[in-house]
Amino acid sequence: MAEKITGAEAMMRALEKEGVNTLFGYPGGAIMPTYDALYDHKKTLNHILVRHEQGAVHAAQGYARVSGKVGCAIVTSGPGATNTVTGIADAMADSTPVVVICGQVGVSMLGTDAFQEVDVVGITSPASKWSYQIRRASDVAWAVSRAFYIARSGRPGPVVLDFTKNAQTELIDYKPAKINFIRSYDPTPALNKDSIKTAAKLINNSVKPFALLGQGVELGNANQEVKALLEKAQIPFASTLLGLSDIPSDHPLNMGMLGMHGNLGPNVMTNQCDLLIAIGMRFDDRVTGNLDTYAKQAKIIHFDIDPSEFNKNVKIDVAILGDCKESIPAVTELVDATKHDSWIAGFKPYAEKEYNKVIDKATHPENGPLLMGEVVQKISEATNNEAILVTDVGQNQMFACRYFKYSKPRSVVTSGGIGTMGFGLPAAIGATFGAPDRTVCVFCGDGGLQMTLQEFGTIMEQHAPVKIILLNNNFLGNVRQWQSMFFRRRYSFTPMLNPDYAMIAKAYNIATRTVIEREELNDAITEMLNTDGPFLLQCAIMEEDNVLPMTPPGANVDEMLLEI
Amino acid sequence: MENKLYTFIIYSENVPGILSQITAVYTRRQVNIESLNVCASSTPGAHKYTITAYCDEPMAKMLTAQIEKRIDVLQANYFTDDEIFINETSLLKISTPIMLQNKNVCKIVRIHNAHIVEVNPIYATIEKTGITNDILELYNELNSTGCVLQFVRSGRIAITKDFTEHLDEYLAEREKQRKDI
Repeated sequence: MAEKITGAEAMMRALEKEGVNTLFGYPGGAIMPTYDALYDHKKTLNHILVRHEQGAVHAAQGYARVSGKVGCAIVTSGPGATNTVTGIADAMADSTPVVVICGQVGVSMLGTDAFQEVDVVGITSPASKWSYQIRRASDVAWAVSRAFYIARSGRPGPVVLDFTKNAQTELIDYKPAKINFIRSYDPTPALNKDSIKTAAKLINNSVKPFALLGQGVELGNANQEVKALLEKAQIPFASTLLGLSDIPSDHPLNMGMLGMHGNLGPNVMTNQCDLLIAIGMRFDDRVTGNLDTYAKQAKIIHFDIDPSEFNKNVKIDVAILGDCKESIPAVTELVDATKHDSWIAGFKPYAEKEYNKVIDKATHPENGPLLMGEVVQKISEATNNEAILVTDVGQNQMFACRYFKYSKPRSVVTSGGIGTMGFGLPAAIGATFGAPDRTVCVFCGDGGLQMTLQEFGTIMEQHAPVKIILLNNNFLGNVRQWQSMFFRRRYSFTPMLNPDYAMIAKAYNIATRTVIEREELNDAITEMLNTDGPFLLQCAIMEEDNVLPMTPPGANVDEMLLEI
Repeated sequence: MENKLYTFIIYSENVPGILSQITAVYTRRQVNIESLNVCASSTPGAHKYTITAYCDEPMAKMLTAQIEKRIDVLQANYFTDDEIFINETSLLKISTPIMLQNKNVCKIVRIHNAHIVEVNPIYATIEKTGITNDILELYNELNSTGCVLQFVRSGRIAITKDFTEHLDEYLAEREKQRKDI
């Protein structure tokens, strides 16, 4: 007869079976049996104690984004679980595979308003890919395998397992489970050959094709496949915020970044191309601007693995459902090797205009206070453009994503869909565990850093080599920028009275340096990158700088402001 | 685009929590559910949801796509009234003394092809099946005599006029794929 084990022990074995070796978590009453089981698995399951449950999920997200594996967070019931909701919603919007395990009161107490009881499945269902309550120990193996299968397959996303206390303590005969099929869920839909042919024909007939790459390219591990297609047909492309590292920044066909604060050329040319090829992106409003005037002149081909994205925001001509690792090569095979030299050359005047009016000023100021753009560019160069960029949300994020350069895949970790301030620091911690051989640089503002500042404790304990660049302008900069543009400079609660961040870093034993003068910047960056372990580089940034160019919300995609 | 009454026919696995996931798709997009019926379907293990709501066609498409995206939902489709057979049922409790006093009451019941399922000295129970308008007409006419004590109308149920059973075909196809894995 098989040995009897607890549901908590079954959870450990099921996690190991799924290949988990790193967990981000925080213990509490209703998850204690699981933490007790974890005590015997410390060698195989490296548990990182965070300082707040939100941090556990963001760290799991950072881990997942850079490693391509499923991130895992484990927390207790009630407030422990509700603290994870922001991370779950963030992972849902940004298609990040994470599994969140929450403790829950015993089945007999459910619905009685027991201590630390919250309807976790009810709360997380609308914001997760799947949310399930484990009520019996015998369900553990099945539920964990199903959770990881759902999280990582198809369009990835967050899964929540609500683990009742009785299911953690019950004794069962453990039988491992392997779920790789769910009849109501088809993550690998078969390719439609006709739409592949139609797409290839449209590409072959196009004189002015333009490709938009999203994170789907990276999630599908199709970077090489997409590159091969674009090179064969000489199609210029631009990326969404989350797709920036799909193909290296210096690729000759790379025209830059899409979106509200993206590059001028790609945004203008969206409304001039005759064919738009969208790959693994979802036409977010921050990318499209006014939908009524968006790419109306062009035919649109949309590659996606999620059928609900087709025609959701933008009416498309050809939908190609499936894994882009399969669908893109199928199209590549049918497209002609061709050139679009004059069309590609058409991007250049816009790039030059943007450089002269915006980029040069942002990255090479001669006097005045430090600017975010120059700090970002210097750090990117100092890492040979090989570092992983993690950002918080706001001006820091836009400047960082614009001026960082990418040479390797899986190099951007940022909160795109729901824009979570406080995401950066814990996500960067997770990234150091997901990619231990790479340099991880996180850019934060003085607002966002304080939202998850307690994770300095995690960095201290783990000696996690996070390079934190605090772009401090003593303002909630992005909101201030909008107030100056759209609310008559009425700076309603955006000036920040800040603490001495260097002193806080010291309290957590994190090496730190503050740069006020431009002349010190290079030396400080060298010191940061040469320091073994974490480092806080605080840069005193000009207070009222603006992210440019900008497509004002709701404006046409080709109506970018280069100055305000 | 014009708002129309669409009937959404949805099949899911018989697991708890799906109903709230489905209704959340409507509420998030500010679409009000007019009627809802949930029961086991003819396919073992599959539950059938029949939901009516007013919206335009792009919204109907978006709703079905978002509902189908839920992991345990098997299929979701939307229909206009000419694509399906529809029915509702209703029960009316009416006062027996008024019915005996006013001969019109029995006449109305007969004209509308409704059935008397129970009579006692206090009240009679009447059952009427049909489409919404037939049922409301009967109710309005009876109500004008002052005899109605209680009235209840079910949600819409519907079956498709298609020659193929899409759910069964889908499941057969999926079972084939299961074997290939």
